[in-house]
Amino acid sequence: MSKIKDSLIEPIFKNNPIALQVLGVCSALAVTSSLKVTLVMCLSVIAVTACSNFCISLIRNHIPGSIRIIVQMVIIASLVIVVDQVLKAVAYEISKQLSVFVGLIITNCIVMGRAEAFAMKNSPIPSFFDGVGNGLGYSAVLVFVAVIRELFGSGKLMGYEILPLVNDGGWYIPNGLLLLPPSAFFLIGLFIWALRTAKTDQVETPEFKMAKNTSAQESV
Amino acid sequence: MSKETTSKTITVALALCIVCSMVVSGAAVLLKDMQKANKLLDRQTNILAAAGLLDASKPVTEQFEQVKTRIVDLDKGVFTDQFDTATFDQLRLAKNPEQSVVLGENDQAKILRRENYAVVYVIEKAGELDKIILPIRGKGLWSTLHGFLALEDDLNTIAGLGFYDHAETPGLGGEVDNPKWKSMWPGKKAYQGDDVKIQLVKGSVNPQSSTIAYEVDGLAGATLTSRGVTNLVQFWLGEMGFQKFLTNLRAGEA
Repeated sequence: MSKIKDSLIEPIFKNNPIALQVLGVCSALAVTSSLKVTLVMCLSVIAVTACSNFCISLIRNHIPGSIRIIVQMVIIASLVIVVDQVLKAVAYEISKQLSVFVGLIITNCIVMGRAEAFAMKNSPIPSFFDGVGNGLGYSAVLVFVAVIRELFGSGKLMGYEILPLVNDGGWYIPNGLLLLPPSAFFLIGLFIWALRTAKTDQVETPEFKMAKNTSAQESV
Repeated sequence: MSKETTSKTITVALALCIVCSMVVSGAAVLLKDMQKANKLLDRQTNILAAAGLLDASKPVTEQFEQVKTRIVDLDKGVFTDQFDTATFDQLRLAKNPEQSVVLGENDQAKILRRENYAVVYVIEKAGELDKIILPIRGKGLWSTLHGFLALEDDLNTIAGLGFYDHAETPGLGGEVDNPKWKSMWPGKKAYQGDDVKIQLVKGSVNPQSSTIAYEVDGLAGATLTSRGVTNLVQFWLGEMGFQKFLTNLRAGEA
């Protein structure tokens, strides 16, 4: 039981797929401008990682090594299409906003990374929870980014007004940058910085040392 | 049997493909009705929103009851009862060579072909025409913008405009969805005499301008999307679009 708990909790802070492994950043930039959309995206990713891990682990002893990656892709892609269809049926508005990014879960490195690294070597149940855990790790960062972006970018949370905007007669001047995708870069950067300051064991050893700034003559 | 033989590889690949295709098509078939209902609801919401009639407190289907769906023959400029409005699919018509025309030089909206029949939505008050909503579409920067343009009963004053489907750059061309920008359209005039005059201008509309009634602010940072919107609005209000029909309607001959 404790193993399952570990595989659920660990990816959130200790081994976060976005912050430590720096995977799946693309969609983290694109879908975080409002919290509601982000939550739906997170649920979709959790569902896909968990189910794909489960399915792949189930047939892991039958997958020939030569077509391993393609088999994983087919399973993941099918699951993503199913998720996309379900969203279109039950949450049409949000699926319209997520548009292409639901489809792009297929290319989200977290899903494939976990399939290859964990599900191919472990039995179905732990693989399932590993998928949920990694999905949660992804969600933790996305929700953090989305709360800041929506709150300070448009003065709302989940569509409810928190900070009344100047445009609507309030006092808050929204930060337009936060509504654009690049702002998520800054926020994820800050998140990684804060996390690594708190947990110093996550700091990578530098690959090279910067030389001291001594020989100014060369550039003359 | 070892799992690395060719026959095993082919068997696994085949079995996987069959299972996955069944799962995917199963989901698609099971959810189709719900998706269709959603699409219809979304369309009705957009039609009402374009006319500025959308009331969030009431169910959309109920509000849509006041809207009459009619089909228009664009070449003759009159209403036609040739089609069943429930199954009428305007975009499919545009792909049918027998029921559409190649635009060639007249292709201001860059849509290549124009269908000969279009669906319009009429809102009547006490038996009199109150608003009419026309479908419009055309190329922006990346994508074809699909939307609705609503006209007041004089068939010249614009009552609203909205796009329900496009893939322009979020934050730039995507600002066609911005309520603030959309709120600039109501009250503008489409025609001056017989000429389509409505257009987007670069930057903001000069309040001293004599043509202010025909101008709407361009979208900041999205010159090509703005140009596309001007072109598609002018196209659909023009000769190849609804102009003939609107003229007839104004004269009471549609």
